[in-house]
Amino acid sequence: MDRDITILKNLETEILEMLSEVKDPEIPTISIVDLGIVTGISEDSEGTIQVKLTPTFSGCPALKIMEELVSQKLKEKGILKHQVITSFEVPWNTNRITEKGLEALKKHGLAPPPRHKGYIELDVLSDTPCPLCGSRNTTMQTPFGPTLCRSMHYCNNCKNAFEAFKPVT
Amino acid sequence: MEFTEKHVEGLKDLLYKMADDLLIIGHRNSEWTGLGPVLEEDIAFSSMAQDKLGQANALYGLLHELGESDPDTIAFMRNDKQFHCCQLVEMPIGGYDFSLTRHFFYDHADAIRFEMLKDSVFEPLAMVANKFRGEVKYHTMHADTWMRHLGKGDETSKARMQNAINETFPMALGIFEESIYEQELMESGIFAGEKTLKEMWLTKVEQIIESAGLTLPDINSVTPVYGGRKGQHSQYLQPLLEEMTEVFRIDPGAEW
Repeated sequence: MDRDITILKNLETEILEMLSEVKDPEIPTISIVDLGIVTGISEDSEGTIQVKLTPTFSGCPALKIMEELVSQKLKEKGILKHQVITSFEVPWNTNRITEKGLEALKKHGLAPPPRHKGYIELDVLSDTPCPLCGSRNTTMQTPFGPTLCRSMHYCNNCKNAFEAFKPVT
Repeated sequence: MEFTEKHVEGLKDLLYKMADDLLIIGHRNSEWTGLGPVLEEDIAFSSMAQDKLGQANALYGLLHELGESDPDTIAFMRNDKQFHCCQLVEMPIGGYDFSLTRHFFYDHADAIRFEMLKDSVFEPLAMVANKFRGEVKYHTMHADTWMRHLGKGDETSKARMQNAINETFPMALGIFEESIYEQELMESGIFAGEKTLKEMWLTKVEQIIESAGLTLPDINSVTPVYGGRKGQHSQYLQPLLEEMTEVFRIDPGAEW
């Protein structure tokens, strides 16, 4: 029994390592693992590996592409018997993004979402630190940006417009 | 608790009306793409449209799992009489004052509905409702900001918003037209019912409208616009469906 768990643990680690090579198609600095959308890895009795993903937003158009990218990566690594499923079972929220993921967002010029405690106030959004100069003297212009996960801001200090990855509960 | 046939019928009815509302208001919102009064509003309505269509798709997916047709067929192959959306969502976009007020009334109802449904005994619905409530939060935040902004603007903006509220309120009450399955939905624990939802909604929207310096009409002085939930629609739905499905109908079997 103990041995089975060890094997399964190893398998999970191994697959997660493979999937950390799959990047978000819209933010190429962050992997889907660091984005926190991989919610389950298992193997059934016939040896099929099942990977579960959770959508960031219900209307996210990158979702289908990410499913395909995962499938391609598994194939490339020699895991031919696999299944990629999208499920709402574990709801995504921005606290699922890893520390490494937050850094990766910054690298892409996006202000990372603040950690939240299950609720979000408008103040949090208007207080977003500028990813370019670090100033908190910023203004949110609109909670809706070029993709569903981004809001648009203006830095009153360095006078640049910037985008933030908005917090989602 | 075991679901009876009537419970399942009630559940399907609930899913159909929620998904149809989302699909239709999603399409109406998308009509602002390229036309918004400022660029940010153009993007806001387009983004909200995208959320609505994603949510509609997820709900049609649940219906499919319950034995209904696949999401594309449900969305694109029915006529207006088979749609369960309320008449509020099918109205043309009109002026920005109307679209904004509709969005305000509708999204507050959805936000509360999702909050209620996250505790539904029908788990697949509870899961998606839990997801949607995080998304719709940005919609209500957007609506409230503009309601307050324009309500406290100049005489023109104030008058236009008050007028839009007066005109839209009876249609907004149509959201809560009761289903013939209310009892089944409540006793099974699937959904606590339209009456409860309406009461919570009234308190919420009245509070925000008042904080904007505007007035919600007395509910006893208006006649709710019902019918949509039973397939009775305005003259505006069928043309919208035809436009929405024009490309799909040319070749329904096409691979995209």
